[in-house]
Amino acid sequence: MNEEKLEQQNTVTEEEEFELIYERPVHLTETRLHYCPGCGHSTAHKLIAEVVHELGIVTKTIGVAPVGCAVFAYDYLNIDMQEAAHGRACAVATGIKRVLPDKYVFTYQGDGDLAAIGIAETIHAVNRGENILIIFINNAIYGMTSGQMAPTTLPGMKTTTSPYGRDTSSMGMPLKMCELIAPLKGAFYVTRQAVHTATNVRKARKAILNGLKYQTLGKGTCFIEIISNCPSNWKMTPVQTIDFIEKDMIPYYPLGDVKVPKPEDLKQ
Amino acid sequence: MEILETKLMKGNEALAEAAIQAKCDAYFGYPITPQSEVLEYLSREMTVRGGVVLQAESEVASINMIYGAAGAGARVMTTSSSPGISLMQEGLSYIASAQLPCLIVNVNRGGPGLGTIQPSQGDYFQSTKGGGHGDYRLIVLAPNSVQEMADFVFLGFELADKYRNPVLILSDGAIGQMMEKVVFYKRDVVKPEKSWATTGKHPHRERNIITSLFIQPEKMEQVNLSLLKKYKEIEANEVRYEEVNAKDAEFLLVAYGLSSRISHKVVDLARHKGLKLGLLRPITLYPFPTKRIEELVPQLKGAMTVEMNAGQMVEDVRLAVNGKIPVTHYGRMGGIIPSPEEVLEKVEEFISNI
Repeated sequence: MNEEKLEQQNTVTEEEEFELIYERPVHLTETRLHYCPGCGHSTAHKLIAEVVHELGIVTKTIGVAPVGCAVFAYDYLNIDMQEAAHGRACAVATGIKRVLPDKYVFTYQGDGDLAAIGIAETIHAVNRGENILIIFINNAIYGMTSGQMAPTTLPGMKTTTSPYGRDTSSMGMPLKMCELIAPLKGAFYVTRQAVHTATNVRKARKAILNGLKYQTLGKGTCFIEIISNCPSNWKMTPVQTIDFIEKDMIPYYPLGDVKVPKPEDLKQ
Repeated sequence: MEILETKLMKGNEALAEAAIQAKCDAYFGYPITPQSEVLEYLSREMTVRGGVVLQAESEVASINMIYGAAGAGARVMTTSSSPGISLMQEGLSYIASAQLPCLIVNVNRGGPGLGTIQPSQGDYFQSTKGGGHGDYRLIVLAPNSVQEMADFVFLGFELADKYRNPVLILSDGAIGQMMEKVVFYKRDVVKPEKSWATTGKHPHRERNIITSLFIQPEKMEQVNLSLLKKYKEIEANEVRYEEVNAKDAEFLLVAYGLSSRISHKVVDLARHKGLKLGLLRPITLYPFPTKRIEELVPQLKGAMTVEMNAGQMVEDVRLAVNGKIPVTHYGRMGGIIPSPEEVLEKVEEFISNI
């Protein structure tokens, strides 16, 4: 199609009437996302912005950004936010929540941030039952530093620091964070979701909604792992990453709720 | 000021009590000798009298809880001792960059490494030169009595809020553990509004962001310059020191904290012997009383720092003196506190060699 035809097609004439079916979520800024094409982070950001809007809690919400690809999350979310040191988001969120107990506090962390350098802060925050929501983006790789092995890198998976594939005899098995923290009494709601298909996006949205809603109950930590993709560092096209998630990631990291509140737990 | 109560207390306990009276909203800490009394006292008292007390899983966690709570607008404090303070350095660098007011207390013990639990002044460099990565400064207050352990908490919070800068109280194992009389006064504690804090975005304002990330070099340099401007202001306005017989002194001792108590006695002994010895005691280690030392130089024949370390503050005294008079250092390490007689002997030796 030549440029002229393309322009004609994209030009909206005044006579035409359109029904608005989708627009930028109110709590996303106009800033252009820096994420690579096809990356799941943008979808996860959008879901947070939508849910905060749906619940009408922006005046009471404080987010904590990690070090990793989402280090600039506060550029995109039009929400009061703090940028934590690498791995310390759960400690920072603890500090915020303890002095502002009536506010909604969430962290947004990658696998290196949460499951490697920050695993102590994560486990202890959950063990104390901090009334925060932890959103954990698991794409099995260090994205920001361009493709090193993460604690969640799959067995045999090639990265720049496991160039011959992750050898689990010397590098250990990938950590399943949901299963690790779910037995802790402080964990109130633990679920693993994904954002690589429309159905999964809807489910992930519902999980984030619950995760924030449950915070008012004051009954413990909500932990939502989101299986995401990294086309650039997986060296795949975005479409190929969807296949990889289905065939390789999900068999190791099964989707679904790992711990759900009982009906009586949902009473104030 | 109207007296509230007079008590016999340990330095660590006096500091903890002062934190409650200074309306500290939250305390995050981790046990380490010789400062655990602060965490214990606050766990016992502050939880009942109002305020958040949380024993963190590590000093790394507690300093980042401080970051979060300070960023949320609360008046916050953490305390530790040397190895724990080392663990906090990353967090302190972030806090300094994000310009979050908070109070950190180091009850200095002997090092390096796990060292000893006995008192030391070995953390002077770490405290006054930044400590963590990047260009930044903490305001450093050095108490030399149990009374000042209490008083400097109020001053510390005030300065932290005034400059949006972390303030460090650099104490030591002796001041923290010893018992002395301490007077608590009825004070009018004012906590300023913090419009920059992350408390939830309201429609009438832009979102508040607490960050230390400025990835564009031009932006980073602007931040560096604005920090530098603030530090210049602090250097101009907040230098605090005390003098003993300095006005007519020919020889000067420079000592802070516990060493200044010993040095005071040394000056008394020396004067008794007819030696014109004086003492300059920096109360703020940063900003350092450089100008006052410069002013005293013309009347002086020599200066000596007395420190419980291998010679750290002596470098700042040498910078102030700028080669005009001889400067030396006398110190004991390993948790050993020098006696006044021992120091006087070193002073006399120094003088005889000039």
